Amino acid sequence: MSTTTTYTIEGRTGPWELVIGLEVHAQVISRAKLFSGAATAFGAGPNTQVSFIDAGFPGMLPVINRECVAQAVRTGLGLKAQINLWSRFDRKNYFYADLPQGYQISQYAHPIVGRGAVEIELADGTTKIIGITRLHLEQDAGKSLHDQHPAKSFIDLNRSGVALMEIVSEPDMRSPEEAGAYLAKLRQIMRYLGTCDGNMDEGSLRADVNVSVRRPGEGYRTRCEVKNVNSIRFVMQAVEAEARRQIEVWEEGGEVEQETRLFDTVRGATRSMRSKEEAHDYRYFPDPDLPPLVLDAAWVEELRAGLPELPDARRARYIRDFGLSPYDAQVLTAEKETALYYETVAKGRDPKLAANWVMGDLFAALNRTKRTIEDPPVRAEHLGALLDLMRDGTLSGKLAKEVFEAMVESGKSPGAIVEERGLRQVTDTGAIERAVEAVLAANADKVAEYRAGKEKLFGFFVGQVMKAMQGKGNPALVNEALKRRLA
Amino acid sequence: MHPTDFSLRGALDALAEGAISSEELTRAHLDAIERLNPRINAYITVTAEQALARARESDARRARGEAGPLEGLPLAIKDLFCTEGVRTTAGSRILGNFVPPYESTVTANLLRDGAVFLGKANLDEFAMGSSNTTSAFGPVENPWSRRNDPDARLVPGGSSGGSAAAVAARLALGATATDTGGSIRQPAAFCGIAGIKPTYGRCSRFGIVAFASSLDQAGPVARTVEDCALLLRSMAGFDPKDATSAEVPVPDFAAACARGVRGLRIGVPQEYRLDGMPTEIEALWQRGLEWLRAEGAETVEISLPHTRYALPTYYIVAPAEASSNLARYDGVRYGLRVAEADGDLRDLYERTRAAGFGAEVKRRIMIGTYVLSAGYYDAYYLKAQKVRALIRQDFERAWERVDAIVTPATPSAAFGMDEKQDDPVTMYLNDVFTVTANLAGLPGLAVPAGLDAQGLPLGLQVIGRAFDEETVFAVGAAIERAADFRALPGLRAGA
Repeated sequence: MSTTTTYTIEGRTGPWELVIGLEVHAQVISRAKLFSGAATAFGAGPNTQVSFIDAGFPGMLPVINRECVAQAVRTGLGLKAQINLWSRFDRKNYFYADLPQGYQISQYAHPIVGRGAVEIELADGTTKIIGITRLHLEQDAGKSLHDQHPAKSFIDLNRSGVALMEIVSEPDMRSPEEAGAYLAKLRQIMRYLGTCDGNMDEGSLRADVNVSVRRPGEGYRTRCEVKNVNSIRFVMQAVEAEARRQIEVWEEGGEVEQETRLFDTVRGATRSMRSKEEAHDYRYFPDPDLPPLVLDAAWVEELRAGLPELPDARRARYIRDFGLSPYDAQVLTAEKETALYYETVAKGRDPKLAANWVMGDLFAALNRTKRTIEDPPVRAEHLGALLDLMRDGTLSGKLAKEVFEAMVESGKSPGAIVEERGLRQVTDTGAIERAVEAVLAANADKVAEYRAGKEKLFGFFVGQVMKAMQGKGNPALVNEALKRRLA
Repeated sequence: MHPTDFSLRGALDALAEGAISSEELTRAHLDAIERLNPRINAYITVTAEQALARARESDARRARGEAGPLEGLPLAIKDLFCTEGVRTTAGSRILGNFVPPYESTVTANLLRDGAVFLGKANLDEFAMGSSNTTSAFGPVENPWSRRNDPDARLVPGGSSGGSAAAVAARLALGATATDTGGSIRQPAAFCGIAGIKPTYGRCSRFGIVAFASSLDQAGPVARTVEDCALLLRSMAGFDPKDATSAEVPVPDFAAACARGVRGLRIGVPQEYRLDGMPTEIEALWQRGLEWLRAEGAETVEISLPHTRYALPTYYIVAPAEASSNLARYDGVRYGLRVAEADGDLRDLYERTRAAGFGAEVKRRIMIGTYVLSAGYYDAYYLKAQKVRALIRQDFERAWERVDAIVTPATPSAAFGMDEKQDDPVTMYLNDVFTVTANLAGLPGLAVPAGLDAQGLPLGLQVIGRAFDEETVFAVGAAIERAADFRALPGLRAGA
């Protein structure tokens, strides 16, 4: 860990530092909601995944979903955080049409996860530790749709009661880049753990961004909270825009008011949502319908033992065991699915060659075909087989590229394509000898130059031979034959 | 003997012997309801057709030899229990048109055991009240009247006033009720019947319209202690749909009624001797203790030092929880909606809740909202929770010395419908002996033990250890046997 120069924004009156903290709302991956048995799938028809509990019917009671608790604990463990064996649910009371009970069940005073830490990597190669203050479980509200009717609002309760983890960071970030890297890292960890799918487009991951600015060396100034930012890029933009707004307020002799703001992605600016005075009094109190959540330490250890390898550990292993560069290791471990793909290709093969193919040809193919690593045009097993065909001399590097393109087209195995197209590399030494003979005869002048000392012409001869053989000549054998004949 | 005069146990025996059918028993009660309910107003909704159909099904089951423990018994259901397909109002305009698509666990348990539901019993709105005068469906009249003022209409107590009046007037063999601060025991005492609030967690709260979740508990009212035991055994049991329901076995409560009290130590808390309490209540209490001593129990003076803080504590905790529990009645998804064509969401809330809730409910929502507000939370809600812990501790200490506690059930007999209405605090004092059991989560049983000078019933209360309803039933049944309470209310079926 090292600190280079602190990021600042230059105002009219001098440089300003940024202080940033994030509250991230991550939707828990679970079949059922936090306190009801209703399903949680995204994209279902409005109000089709709603139980009487989620709709706040009289006499309905919440019962905790153990799987959601396990997911929160796994996430806490992934964030190297304190797991609180005793936690409690509180009611956060406010009226809104998409909040059927008139309160949200949340963990206000006693969260399930306490302090933790996340290491982020920055573009200049440095790393930084961002503190986690807490993680707590809470219910999502429903969705209000204001654009369906000129005078009415429609309510979709599918999300009502879905389990969210609110992950609160310390105000440890100092630049838009750090905020973006932190959110990306959180997303990566949760995707590795399988606790949140991280689909920001679908609202599975949202961030409330707390921003303040200060003169270098100062304590904290008043912060503002920018609500519900739904992409990593927008988080970075919102930090920048809000910081610039605050700098302007301070520099004009004004005072930044503590308030909740929204980020307008079209204008690229934040605007006021409600001031501190307008803030709700949520009247938090312990939910009397739910006994305290008491976890068994042995159960937590069981979950810990069942955790998958996390990105940091995996990256270190790639560098250590596979000899990959830190950059390659970073790219290949960024997504769990990429890492799994890579490991399938690399298994029992040259890990660096595998890395080159995955990051080069495969990524290019993904881009071109607009497909994802979860649904790739070339299966990892097939790419591995292609590498094997290169190693045993069946295919030259050039032919392998051709075969790979055919694999992208057809989805077939490399063996099948080699057979179909007769692309098998020529290892028949007689054929190679004949081709070499012909090339040397046709280029007697160059042969003379070569023998006179112009050794770089060797590559020219190789090229000519390969051309004559339509690229199918085994390069090693071609080299060998040429060297012998030119000696 | 008129069919409505059976005890539950007596009716079960008569049904088993074939002396009467469930249909006949049910029809007799429906006839009595038709005749007396216009006056007593114990039922908000009578489900006559459904009751008769179920009674016939019950008779068929019995004929097939498939009789359940409560097979064919006609009961009243407090209109706080959600009943599938049958309107459930909670005594409020805001739920005046609400028909639940689900059945509460307690009523589902009763149906499983063969019970027949006659209809939905009146109650104070959202169970908030001690007189059943806050119901949006009109007050319930106590079937008893004063000897020297027979025309004065008396309250049945509350909030389970409809349940208690229906059972006392023979409009049901028994009834479900709920008790948040005394809502089973006080009306039972006022109506001369028995009622038990079991240990918190004994009965599932699933499907019961919530008032104050940490205090609410369902229980039965019936004309004998044993009848309460029979009903409770069916109502109780662990329910995975209620996280506060207790995973403990349900014993044979009726068997416990015959145990006797020999060797039991009965606590007599000095703090329950109130200034200005009618002497006949004090006398009744002493008489009850003498009966128990005569049966071989030992009475022990004990102290529950935080008793005097119980009522104020209750009137912070209960409204706090209620203010949050009642937030869901907003006119958006079900129940009453009062909206202006061009009004916004806030307007919808304000109009709906202004029209839907009565004065007492509004008062408690406001009190509850206040005590949870920033700046007041510590002084009120948090302090109340601490006092609640002390009250619980008082009982814990008492259980080191005694097996049960006996107190008066109420500080007075039933009062007139026009009395105690000016000042809510006077009304709240009705719960002074009963709220402690709710705050501590303990079982409490009211048993009729005598009459006052006006001929109105008075009850005693038995409080027991958590999940030791059996001792409570044993003591209650002993008092019942000694009291030999045979007085009858003036308004009743068969009279």
